[in-house]
Amino acid sequence: MSQWQPISQIAQDVQAGRVTAMSLVEQALKTIDTKHEFSAIIIAITDRARERAKEVDERIAKGEKVGPLAGVPCIVKDNFLTFGVETTAASNILKGFNAPYQATVINKLEAAGAIVVAKANLDAFGHGASTEHSDFMITKNPHDQTRVPGGSSGGPAAAVVLDMAPFALGTDTGGSNRQPASYCGCVGYRPTYGLVSRSGVVAMASSADTIGPLTKSVDDLAYVLDVIAGKDPLDSTTIDRDTAGYQLTAGNLHLTSQKIGVIKEYMGEGVDPGVKAAVQSAVSKLQTAGAEVQEISLPSLPLALAAYYVLVPAEISSNLSRYDGQRYGYSDASVSSLDDSYNQTRSQGFGQEAKRRIMIGTYVLSSGYYDAYYKKAQKLRTKLINEFTSAFKQVDFLAGPVAPTTAFKIGEMSSDPLQMFLVDIMTVSAALAGIPAISLPVGSSNNMPVGLQFMGPPRSDRALLALSKTAEEVLA
Amino acid sequence: MAKLTRDEVLKLAQLARLRLTDAEVDQFTIEIEAILGYVEQLQSVDLDGLEPTYQVTGLTNVMRPDEIIEYGVSPTDLLKNAPATEGNQLKVKRMLT
Repeated sequence: MSQWQPISQIAQDVQAGRVTAMSLVEQALKTIDTKHEFSAIIIAITDRARERAKEVDERIAKGEKVGPLAGVPCIVKDNFLTFGVETTAASNILKGFNAPYQATVINKLEAAGAIVVAKANLDAFGHGASTEHSDFMITKNPHDQTRVPGGSSGGPAAAVVLDMAPFALGTDTGGSNRQPASYCGCVGYRPTYGLVSRSGVVAMASSADTIGPLTKSVDDLAYVLDVIAGKDPLDSTTIDRDTAGYQLTAGNLHLTSQKIGVIKEYMGEGVDPGVKAAVQSAVSKLQTAGAEVQEISLPSLPLALAAYYVLVPAEISSNLSRYDGQRYGYSDASVSSLDDSYNQTRSQGFGQEAKRRIMIGTYVLSSGYYDAYYKKAQKLRTKLINEFTSAFKQVDFLAGPVAPTTAFKIGEMSSDPLQMFLVDIMTVSAALAGIPAISLPVGSSNNMPVGLQFMGPPRSDRALLALSKTAEEVLA
Repeated sequence: MAKLTRDEVLKLAQLARLRLTDAEVDQFTIEIEAILGYVEQLQSVDLDGLEPTYQVTGLTNVMRPDEIIEYGVSPTDLLKNAPATEGNQLKVKRMLT
């Protein structure tokens, strides 16, 4: 049972003066404090949040219309630049960094009246699937503290499930919103690439990074997406939003007209039987409710992870070259040459996973290897995109699990980097194709949540959310 | 692929401006070799005739008018996080030793 109303209701209540923004902020901060043992939050934004709540309440007292998120508290992953507290991306190399500007999405949320109350934990720079690569702390799964919440948006997902705020914002580069949503039992979204601005979000892999909400319901997710989606002059990779917006009316999709393709390659041997059963059960219920369900194969899917772990480290190595200790972030002052400054700063500031990915990226981009790895991976990307295009001619949406298992134990994967990469096996394909994808909680296995993944064609976010809402109703 | 050597890892570290300890070099050599071994499967696929994908938006040449836009962030703001400045410039250690 959540202590928060549906988000649209909260905003209406605040706008009507039935509840103050300040009381909601205090409620959020109190919950954050009470649930401290889960280590979901790096830092709470107390002063600025209270100032903003005061502003919102004053404007409402004057009779002003505030916005669709009036007074709604939210928690953002600590790779979003925000005023009020430092932005660290959970890395030692950014400890003490105070952002001189905010991410576009944060500005949009604030313009709509929302109040950011905390920065949530992540694997440093987004590199990971468990928060075990955070330089500061490991977040615990809300259902079982011996297990990981998933990653890299483990903090935001845990925060939502722990009821700290009505919604959180995370980033999804290769599954980082969907997999923690699956492990923790909330809704996690990856929009069409380019739908939400990346300006002011710490860059990981620029051709794959996306921003999406994490919520308890599809309605809430769609409502928040509607506020943050759209072209941004500060991000030239942004695309136009749907003219009809993203807010949903009750189940405006009829399952009887929808064809859902269950991905053959995601329902094979490597998947935990409990996860498969939960997914199959959900899909059967949708079929009973009228959806046309068929099996569909995308033969290049087994290679998607290999392509991803060539392309993404390459982009990471480029994006992390800016952390050189000269303009912001950690800097080793004891050195006497610029080169030493670079070396010492980066060696001391970066964690092991960042260094590993930087070096893999450097390798695949280096002369002599570029054609063999990077160019090949880009071609595989094309092949995969072609297969998705072809699949979406046969079905409207694709379905399958989000991850091969439920949340694993803390420490179980962290000593084997390759094992950790394999956790992403079902989520990287949407990233390579730039298509939208969602994780919906649909059941459990061994008492741990299981998520169902839907994927849609590029720019089908509105329809994908409508399908998800209908599925949520059917599966309730 | 041929085994990844310590020397190759040292070269990568140097290119990426990462100063590694001996233990780290050994550890990374094992780990990165395993990962490269995994991505090796890309070599087994026929990818002839396919163009590489560089980006997935389909956008090209996104332009704007050549006009100054005030974003409300001054050079002073932007330099606040720098470890050493002189005027509006970043001050760095000597490059040539």
